Amino acid sequence: MLEIIDVSRRYGEYLALRDVNLRVHAGEFFTLLGPSGCGKTTLLRSIAGFDHPDSGDILLDGKSLLHLPPEKRPVHTVFQSYALFPHMTVADNIAFPLRMAKLDKTEIARRVEEVLEDVRLPDKARHYPQALSGGQRQRIAIARALVNRPRLLLLDEPLSALDAKLREQMQIELINLQKDIGITFVYVTHDQGEALALSHRIAVMNQGEISQIDEPAQLYNCPGNRFVADFIGQCNILDGTVIESHSDRVDVELDGLGRISLSAHIPANLHSGERCALTLRPEKIRLAKQLEANDAELHFRGQVHDTLYMGDVTIYIVELGEGVKVEALLANSAPGRARLFDPGDTVEIAWHADAGHLVR
Amino acid sequence: MHHRLSKVLLALPPAAYLVVFFAVPSLLMLLASFRYPGEYGGLAPWYYIDDGQLSLDLTTENWLRLVESTIYLGLLLKSLGFALLTTLICALMAYPLALTIARSPKRHRDLLLLLVILPFWSNFLVRIYAWMIIFSPQGALSEGLNAVTGLLGLEPVNLMFSSTAVIVCLVYVHLPFMILPLYANLEKHDPALLDAAQDLGANARQRFWKITWPLSLPGIYAGGVLVFIPSLGIFAIPDLLGGTNGIMIGNVIKQQFVEARDWPFGSVLSLVLTAITLMLVAIAGRFGRPKGTANG
Ligand SMILES: Nc1ncnc2c1ncn2[C@@H]1O[C@H](COP(=O)(O)OP(=O)(O)OP(=O)(O)O)[C@@H](O)[C@H]1O
Ligand SMILES: [Mg+2]
Repeated sequence: MLEIIDVSRRYGEYLALRDVNLRVHAGEFFTLLGPSGCGKTTLLRSIAGFDHPDSGDILLDGKSLLHLPPEKRPVHTVFQSYALFPHMTVADNIAFPLRMAKLDKTEIARRVEEVLEDVRLPDKARHYPQALSGGQRQRIAIARALVNRPRLLLLDEPLSALDAKLREQMQIELINLQKDIGITFVYVTHDQGEALALSHRIAVMNQGEISQIDEPAQLYNCPGNRFVADFIGQCNILDGTVIESHSDRVDVELDGLGRISLSAHIPANLHSGERCALTLRPEKIRLAKQLEANDAELHFRGQVHDTLYMGDVTIYIVELGEGVKVEALLANSAPGRARLFDPGDTVEIAWHADAGHLVR
Repeated sequence: MHHRLSKVLLALPPAAYLVVFFAVPSLLMLLASFRYPGEYGGLAPWYYIDDGQLSLDLTTENWLRLVESTIYLGLLLKSLGFALLTTLICALMAYPLALTIARSPKRHRDLLLLLVILPFWSNFLVRIYAWMIIFSPQGALSEGLNAVTGLLGLEPVNLMFSSTAVIVCLVYVHLPFMILPLYANLEKHDPALLDAAQDLGANARQRFWKITWPLSLPGIYAGGVLVFIPSLGIFAIPDLLGGTNGIMIGNVIKQQFVEARDWPFGSVLSLVLTAITLMLVAIAGRFGRPKGTANG
């Protein structure tokens, strides 16, 4: 439905977007995720029409948007600062796009009422934005952007101004709202947790480029490269060299850990001698004082270097020798103790041969 | 409790200021407006003691004179008209200027604002005299204008000593007082609001009338008060440029105190002017408050 084709944008010497290509499907909750300054806002503003790509094309339903000014694009934006009109009541704010579209009065009133129900603020119609809380303003901003039923809704970090608790609640509301009304969302965030929780698909951006586009679980479990592995969630990245690649497994010499055989998620056409890295989520690692041997697993022994108490879990940083450190975590299911092992303890760790994911 | 006390304490200095410099003088003027003029100016005593008996010596004559003669009320209306016209022209001229300054790059703004207040660096009267030279029949403006009227077969115009000259000069003097509050208002507008309006389908004209204009009204009212009030009471400009046609209520008040030596009637006229001004300020204050703020 939305197609971004080879879009590049340059600010002076700086390439804010470089050859961005992506497709958003109708009805999808699509997220642009990336660290600060990677070009997410620039891309979003290009879709809305506030910024113009130097090259490439942006198509909506097969037609180019580029020659249309923002007010003519069937695309609405929820701004990070909400940008509610302070001199208008909530109802007038929401009616604004409908009045611009010259709908008749009764229809406007009906739709305003309806969308206020959708965002669960029916009694706030006569209030001014200043009299609302942050979360309420957020919902009004979304209601205003939705009321005219745009083909596409763009949201630029809409929850970043809210506190953690409210943010979680709004995330759930956003998911439900999007499901109910079926409008395509393009959502921008630098918060990987938010992206994983909300999206159907995520495009991870890095320095103006798309690093990977995938579904949340796929992105988390099978990161396509080091950047994605590192950016999304906690991840152990163990460098190594390919020894030999077979059809169902690959032999790798991990730096400081020796030769191992990995069985799953092997990138296509690896050749011997190539540098690579094993990405391994901490929760995929078993950790205990002593582990029974198991042929499907890779075993290591190490020393606890540091511990980080997180409340629900404790993270153990285990040194496997020669400076190779691995993070593992254990749930604090037993009451009382903040950790099961202290720094200096010798422990055993193990992971399934197919638990990690090999990247270049 | 503690809160209330600090509120009272905070309000005390401005209240004292108003009492000393506004309420007391106004009361004195009110009293003066009911007294007889002194023989050589000033005021006659307002009571005398006869046989140990205190008698008041007050009159309503001064107020009756205001109501009976249409001259003064007419002049008052005319002055209101002049001040209103000045305010309107100032607003029309100041708006595009203030908007341009507010939307120009930050590093240019200070320079542009400096240009706006530059005239304040020279003396007020000097600037009025400069206009006298411009308007004088030998001035380039009059000669140029009359060359055109001559070609069209019209009577030559005299710019000097006319209402036009007064209004032009009033606008010239007061324009910065409109630009500055308007700029202060426009500069604070969040540019995201215009982006949002455009995003939601508003074209350039709709963005101006639906967003910029209503948000700038407090700035216009503030500037309006700052232009209207001094324009209404001014006497220097009509004195120098107005001749007999361009005379305003301020000139008459000054005349009563200085030349006619009729302080009581001068007080009557001053009080009326003050009352009108207060009323207009109250109205401006009512409309000038941004919407969505406190309703008290
Ligand atoms: N108008 C501009 N002029 C010059 N450089 C700009 C301009 N707008 C953006 N940039 C640069 O382009 C890069 C991408 O900016 P963008 O706002 O798209 O980042 P972002 O991913 O939205 O970051 P954030 O998460 O901090 O909002 C940044 O390095 C920024 O400095
Ligand atoms: Mg941004």
